[in-house]
Amino acid sequence: MAEIQEAGPKQKGGKKKFKKVAANVDMTPMVDLMCILITFFMLASAFNKPKIMEIVLPEKIKKNENVEPPKIAKSRTLNIILGPDNKIFWYPGIADDPKNLPPLQETDFSADGIRKVLLERNRALFRKVSQFNDDVLTGKIEIPRDSVQSAIRELKRDDDTGPIVLIKAYEEAKYANFVDIIDEMSISDIARYTFVDLNWIEEEMIKGALGIAPTGSTSAPGSN
Amino acid sequence: MAKVKLPTKSPRVDMTPMVDLFSVLLIFFVLTATVKPQETATIDMPFSVSEKTVPDANIMTVLVTKDQRIFFNIDNGPDTILKFRPKILSEMGRRYGIDFTAQELRRFEKLNSAFGVPIQNMREYLQAKNMGDRSKYETGIPIDSTDNQLATWILVTRAINPAVQACIKGDAEVKFPIVRKVLDILQDKNVNRFNLITSLEAIEITEEEKPE
Repeated sequence: MAEIQEAGPKQKGGKKKFKKVAANVDMTPMVDLMCILITFFMLASAFNKPKIMEIVLPEKIKKNENVEPPKIAKSRTLNIILGPDNKIFWYPGIADDPKNLPPLQETDFSADGIRKVLLERNRALFRKVSQFNDDVLTGKIEIPRDSVQSAIRELKRDDDTGPIVLIKAYEEAKYANFVDIIDEMSISDIARYTFVDLNWIEEEMIKGALGIAPTGSTSAPGSN
Repeated sequence: MAKVKLPTKSPRVDMTPMVDLFSVLLIFFVLTATVKPQETATIDMPFSVSEKTVPDANIMTVLVTKDQRIFFNIDNGPDTILKFRPKILSEMGRRYGIDFTAQELRRFEKLNSAFGVPIQNMREYLQAKNMGDRSKYETGIPIDSTDNQLATWILVTRAINPAVQACIKGDAEVKFPIVRKVLDILQDKNVNRFNLITSLEAIEITEEEKPE
């Protein structure tokens, strides 16, 4: 295919004479090959790198240490329990009295579900954070790019109206639900959330809501 | 004016600039391409809106597959001087009374992918010739309280490389209690900061305007 333009030897007086023409190599196959290689490397390079989500859990309280778990205000507490089949149950306050259970409400991961609940409770802080972000974008606040995150963290730390979210998981919950709910926390800019274990009262509440006969120690078998 | 005589041969495009451009692109992609290690455990990651990418070096990853097997991986990126992987394996061997040869340690370093092998089978795993042979031994790292090898891996990794960060890569479908157990093991070893590895999902975040 490569076509080299040679000057036709013109026999004139028996002397060979070459015309001075640059050799013209056909580059089409080279271009073809390069196209293929570029495509290959573009696809092979991990351009879609997985993302990470940072989560910090409170330090475990060791049994032999005499440390009280930190106390939180009951009025600000919001409990979220991850249930089976992507269901979410939530209730405000605390469930410590089996006789007087707080109302358990069911919702899901849609935009009208848990996000609405969270945003409603966290509106003040959410406004503040998005206002701050807008101000940075429009140049009202001049702040180095690197310190935007720490400024937001500062805003979150100073917040004292937003909910304190306790995330709990029923045993049937999936890992994806856990990731989703932490995602929701960052979407609605919840300042304080942590992950705790389900206690037995809540377990009974969930079982009641799911229609499974409670099996706890409080209800004798066959009593319901 | 003399009439311009059109050449009879087919018109030719000068490809040289195109070739130049392609060369530059090709060299760029060759140099930036990171060799993707072969996935030993197939994991369907959950989605999140987080935009942080996984760090290149100093990470240890606990992988939870759909069939509830635990895999572990230590990734130090392209760093070949510090040689954490063989060091960690030989320390693990010392704790479990297995003396790994230099050749086995080298193989372990070269594999550079997640492994889900009980330490007792590690030698056979490393001697296996190809992935098919190796996958026979991948029964998952034991995490029972009687034989908690994952805890030992974490402990040894942290002792040898104090800068290591913990990552958890779980399958979206996996049931939560096993993830909880992994979290518990990490917390027992005083690791309280985790990175959950997810893939990016585009969610539009809008503040709902509702009269209060």
